Amino acid sequence: MSLKSYIIARVLLTIPMIMLLLTFVFLIIRVLPGDPASLHFEKNVDPATLLAFKKQLGMDKPLPIQYVDYLVGLFHGDFGRSMQDFSPVSQQIFSAFPATLELALCSTIIMVVLGVFLGAVAGRSYNTMRDHSIRIFGITSYAIPVFFLGEVLIMVFGIYLRWFPAGGRMYPGITPLGLSIGGTHYATGLYVLDSLLEGNLEKLSYAIRYLTLPSLALGTVLCGIFIRLTRSNMLETLQLDFVAAARARGLKERTVVYGYALRNAFLPILTMMGLQFAALLAGAVLTETTFSWPGLGRYLVDRISFRDYTAIQGVVVFFGLIVTIVSLVVDILYAYLDPRIRL
Amino acid sequence: MSEDETYGRIFLRLLPRIRGLSKRGLAGWAILVGGTIVSLLAIMTVLAPWISPYDPIAINVGPLLSPPSSQYPLGTNHLGQDMLSRVISGGAIMFQVSILSVIVCLLVGVPIGLFASFKGGFTDKMSSLVMDSIYAFPGLVLAIAIAAMLGPGVVNMALSIAVVYVPSYFRIIRSQVLTIKELPYVDAARMMGAKTRTTLVSYILPNVVPSIVAVATINFADAILTAAGLTFVGLGLSVSTPDWGWDLTYGRRLLTSGAWWVIAFPGLMVVLLALGFTLLGEGLSELFSPRLEK
Repeated sequence: MSLKSYIIARVLLTIPMIMLLLTFVFLIIRVLPGDPASLHFEKNVDPATLLAFKKQLGMDKPLPIQYVDYLVGLFHGDFGRSMQDFSPVSQQIFSAFPATLELALCSTIIMVVLGVFLGAVAGRSYNTMRDHSIRIFGITSYAIPVFFLGEVLIMVFGIYLRWFPAGGRMYPGITPLGLSIGGTHYATGLYVLDSLLEGNLEKLSYAIRYLTLPSLALGTVLCGIFIRLTRSNMLETLQLDFVAAARARGLKERTVVYGYALRNAFLPILTMMGLQFAALLAGAVLTETTFSWPGLGRYLVDRISFRDYTAIQGVVVFFGLIVTIVSLVVDILYAYLDPRIRL
Repeated sequence: MSEDETYGRIFLRLLPRIRGLSKRGLAGWAILVGGTIVSLLAIMTVLAPWISPYDPIAINVGPLLSPPSSQYPLGTNHLGQDMLSRVISGGAIMFQVSILSVIVCLLVGVPIGLFASFKGGFTDKMSSLVMDSIYAFPGLVLAIAIAAMLGPGVVNMALSIAVVYVPSYFRIIRSQVLTIKELPYVDAARMMGAKTRTTLVSYILPNVVPSIVAVATINFADAILTAAGLTFVGLGLSVSTPDWGWDLTYGRRLLTSGAWWVIAFPGLMVVLLALGFTLLGEGLSELFSPRLEK
């Protein structure tokens, strides 16, 4: 199969998955016991008010019509309206998304670098004390709730040592402007990048300091799987002939391990990054809540306390779509890098 | 034969296997350590009403936010509740939610996985598609959506968690059934006229059970972490239940006052319980599918 036809087949497979996902979320919100509009008011509300409320959200129509409205709306980028103030949810989603993206990117870096490094060290020192401790660390990191680790980090580095801020995303009152061209600012919403584009080192140092603890918490909790993957890959590769040949040529052990053996683990690591993306977003919901990080996850948790079911629906759909798209991209990238997958 | 005698015999028969565990390398040790942690916590939870020094939900049993002292060994929280009593009693909810969700997963995931992959064709394709789309979803986010609609409660929490993890069971069962159903003995059984149900239950299921046990054990850890996560986002149980997740949630607001003991001990308990189940599950799956010892 050529790369082109693989991509087409893969995209076609994504469509039913997205439809299923959208239907799931719709069913969860509308069909599970409890009408979302009445649940929103918690206590009894007079029928007239409830009906007017439903009308405003289009929830008075029969379910199949609501379903069609919902799909057509999503197709146009409309994620529904908030039950709180009838504002479009998409607006909130797009303004909160860069914060989540920045956290996710930085956590991914920490997760992969930490995991691959520890995994490589463990694989190289197979069956030693060092190997065992790294494996135990890997399993334990999996068992730690990310918000507990976050709280411990806040306690130690935020409150006792005061090295990093205990929560939030930026020093109050400061916003990085991004790239300025003739009086107009082009900001990405990623504060580290925007501070760099603006060329403001003070803002950059703030942005990094606020980003450190949340990404460290999320990255550490998810690094275990990369330790295991790299380690087992390393053990296999180190027994292969080309490694023996590299050693025989008199290359340094360090070069053999990191330059030759580790390179072989690149593809599985890439695949795992795609698979872990869903876990990363789920972890981001908890991490953002712990660190008052103003991203999508925190918006979701915020909406839960307001019983704002239409907003919850919008955010959940958005999370699902992002994961589907990322796994699509990773699969295509993988097929490009490893032609065997297309067979 | 009296009942005691029967149990005595079973125990005697199991003894050599337990002794052998430590010789089975890391997998054996993982099972031993994980099993010990889980059993100790289970015993603590069962005995909680008798060994808690105070009522875990009574407020003002001590001064507010008192650090660990001889009278309150793990300190007190902002409501003056004794943390030691809360730590001892808080596991009950975790065990209830995780056991219930694993049972639901087994009841739903195992039959669907067996039947769909044995049937093959359209049934298999459709159920795989549905399971894969759930599997691809960020688990906690899906559980949040369901739990938000179902409302608080142990059963509702367990159901929301179960929906997320059913695909894990489906996938592992499917991958095994696809190989097993091609084996000659299955053909033989069918040729002798065994019905689909008989073939599945008597011939295929027994070969899948070990992997199901391993997945279910690891699933306990996932369920515990997800339950704690649901509580953390405000979808947990009411204040009137001692719950490690609740302590972690409200403890966050007390961090600035330096009250580390309010989060430290419940947090460690969650880690310990999840770690126990993870070790147990990892060990079991290693033991049941002995690959090259790595």
